[in-house]
Amino acid sequence: MERSFEKYFRQNRLPHMWCPGCGNGIVTKAVIMAVEKAGLSQDNTVIVSGIGCSSRASGYLDFDTLHTAHGRAIPFATGVKLANPELNVIVLTGDGDCTAIGGNHFIHGCRRNVDLTVVLFNNDIYGMTGGQASPMTPTGKRATTAPYGAIDRPFDVCRLAEAAGAIYVARSTAFHVQHLADMIKGGLDSRGFSFIEALCQCPTAYGRNNKMSDPAKMMMALRDSVLMKAAWDKLPPEKQAEKFPIGVLYQKEYVDYAKAYDTVIEKAGGRA
Amino acid sequence: MADFTIKTARCKGCGICVAFCPKQVLAVDELGKVQVVNREACILCGQCELRCPDYAIFVDKGGAVQ
Repeated sequence: MERSFEKYFRQNRLPHMWCPGCGNGIVTKAVIMAVEKAGLSQDNTVIVSGIGCSSRASGYLDFDTLHTAHGRAIPFATGVKLANPELNVIVLTGDGDCTAIGGNHFIHGCRRNVDLTVVLFNNDIYGMTGGQASPMTPTGKRATTAPYGAIDRPFDVCRLAEAAGAIYVARSTAFHVQHLADMIKGGLDSRGFSFIEALCQCPTAYGRNNKMSDPAKMMMALRDSVLMKAAWDKLPPEKQAEKFPIGVLYQKEYVDYAKAYDTVIEKAGGRA
Repeated sequence: MADFTIKTARCKGCGICVAFCPKQVLAVDELGKVQVVNREACILCGQCELRCPDYAIFVDKGGAVQ
């Protein structure tokens, strides 16, 4: 039986170009499951993406889509949202795109609190360009630019988003598909900058460099590396470092940019 | 009895559905495509469909055993 989410795909573009077992396909499905649950239509939703494996997702989705410059998805999305605040704007980005090349755009997007929903596909590596270490590659893990293991510490991107001013911060994984869809829906329902980190597997670039090229085993490793936030909170601090908490990590109310800008227009005597 | 829809052109044979099936219903054939090998054992849990990265496999509740 045909699934209801099939209508959100550009059927003539499938099958997609991602490698066998790539987590991006799963996260993309979670995004459209969330769009469906939130009741958004294809006409009032815009998908914006940057450059990278994850950012190819916009090409497979049948919405108004923008495939933009590397790291610059959030500025483009900000433009779309401010030009027409009625639109629901979703940004799909990767770990390299969002935290390296677009790092400053990301923190200032959070600070401005534009009403966007940003989904970061975190596969721990630059997949498309050949497996270079990204700012999210865990310390000690191998990449083509770190053949003896990465020296740098990875970002805790959820804490970064929270500190920079995002109003909704959540994390989930490609293993927890329904949970991930719920987290994204939470972001779509919040008014302001919502950030969802989706941990996913890259068997080709990351897995092969780190002796785990089986996608199913990588997903099991993902499952074992996380803990629901409520359970994680109860762990002693020395054990917390071993696992990632998943779920809604931070939430607060704050006036979003479009609303704040309306006040400025009013004060300046514009738009009766 | 489970009713499988497999979109073979989309399947890349990654084996995620095979690994997450609790009843060993599925297998990847020599052409690298998923195949139903033990349809009777399927309990309709939908784990394969949920985690398929290529949207290639769908499970529905079908008719009685033929």
